[in-house]
Amino acid sequence: MSIRVERAFGAVVEGEAVVSEEGFSPRYDLDRWSGVITKPGHKLEGVSLKDKICFFPTAKGGIAAGWAFFDIKGKKIAPKAFIFGVTNPVMVQGAIFAGITITEGWSTDPRTEVATGDWVRVDPEARLVQVLRRQR
Amino acid sequence: MQLTAEERAILAGERGEGARRALEYQVKVGEFWGAERFVPITNAHMMGDIEVMGDGGLQWLKDYAALGARCAVGTTTNARCFDFDYCEKLGQDAREAAKEHELIACLRRMDVVTTDTCINYQTVYQPHVGEHVAWGDTGTVIYANSVFGARSNFESGPAALAAAITGRTPEYGFHLDAHRKGSFTVELQARLDDLADWGVLGKLVGEPHQSYFSVPVFHSSRRTPFADELKHLGAALASYGSMGMFHYVGVTPEAPTLEAALGGREPAERMVITDADLERAYAGYDLGGRDARLVVFSGPQQSLLEMKRLAQLFEGRRVKEGSSCFITTNGAVLAQARALGYAGTLEAAGVTILQGVCFYILQNLSLMRVKNGWQNMVSNSAKIVNIIGAHRFNTILRRTQDCVDIACTGVLK
Repeated sequence: MSIRVERAFGAVVEGEAVVSEEGFSPRYDLDRWSGVITKPGHKLEGVSLKDKICFFPTAKGGIAAGWAFFDIKGKKIAPKAFIFGVTNPVMVQGAIFAGITITEGWSTDPRTEVATGDWVRVDPEARLVQVLRRQR
Repeated sequence: MQLTAEERAILAGERGEGARRALEYQVKVGEFWGAERFVPITNAHMMGDIEVMGDGGLQWLKDYAALGARCAVGTTTNARCFDFDYCEKLGQDAREAAKEHELIACLRRMDVVTTDTCINYQTVYQPHVGEHVAWGDTGTVIYANSVFGARSNFESGPAALAAAITGRTPEYGFHLDAHRKGSFTVELQARLDDLADWGVLGKLVGEPHQSYFSVPVFHSSRRTPFADELKHLGAALASYGSMGMFHYVGVTPEAPTLEAALGGREPAERMVITDADLERAYAGYDLGGRDARLVVFSGPQQSLLEMKRLAQLFEGRRVKEGSSCFITTNGAVLAQARALGYAGTLEAAGVTILQGVCFYILQNLSLMRVKNGWQNMVSNSAKIVNIIGAHRFNTILRRTQDCVDIACTGVLK
């Protein structure tokens, strides 16, 4: 199973998928000391994003996110990649600044194709996200 | 991207290593978005403080400043995480404050003007129609695009600094005509009497349309909105909807008519916002255990006219014992508010006025919440109510007069 993405930056990465129903901001939603989503009521509340390949339908807010990715990367709690349905320039500027793989736009809604816990591979140059192993 | 001879020279290092690295980074960002070229900018506004940057960001900035890079255009800073006069009183970390001093010194070495304000558009620089700038935070960008008709994308700290150094930014997003047309309409039937109402409007329109390239067109307004009202509307649209632009028929420069704002396109949706919609939004906030000990007027910083209004509302009253009420503003506004007596009135009422900061990014805020046992945060800003969640506040939006009453009575309804 594979998903084509429209725009992409970064290195080829593999990792465990976290698939979110809700959008994301590293400032509004994430505890930047643990890498865990802490915003009360967020659909991923309590989930760690460290080393994950994160699928988010949308990006939320916020300029401060531009430094946040570099910060969490330095603290070794950053995700390996962000796969956004729709994102905004700050997420892209922040991810490129931090050297984190990021993509936008998908051919198929990953919520129907990828489950949290699946092992996935992101190839930005080929504009491709592949599920390599199912969780079960 | 197609580069000019000057840009190729920058990449070859002719303007120094700092400019070379900045442009190299900007090319990557531009290529992601399919930008064909750079556009020259006249002004940059950047976020940079120790709370958002962390130790890694500070080290990066120190190394970068050491390369000798200087801003090519007027560059100002956004609200930061310390008002040094209140560091101890708020229980903020002195070591982090020392880092903030270092960080500010680095920025000044690069010719950044540390205004520490998120309302630069009200107090520092007002670009004209069609002027390309590189601004962040989001509230400044949506105001520049919508109200001034200037052109900016959301520029994060690293991106705005890069633009400041090279004097240009990749041409994508709101620099292009194609993205500046309205995509859906919002008929205003609500009265919108209070600043908080404008924030609710932004929430109701932004939340279901979370897309940077979604551009709402407001119309059928009963009166001309004030700058502070458009400020709260824009800040909320950017915060809830990640939006960078709106039109307001008869008010904003690219919307002389509904048709012009839409650029001849059919709107994807026609929303109507009524008083009942607003009331439902206010009623929808979970009051938790009705803790009413923290009231905040911040995010965006208060303008002089907001300071005046708050001084009138607090005059002769007193923040309830055991409660805390904070206002944030910038140095210029505070100096005038002091000269005019507004600050004195507010402080006599027990309000704490913080300068050059946003409450949301205060260093040590999570710990401050725990130490004070704050559960709820009440504010008239829809933006701050939305963004402060990661610090585990339960947040409640109320109108300005209600916020003042809550601060003075400790009663939350």
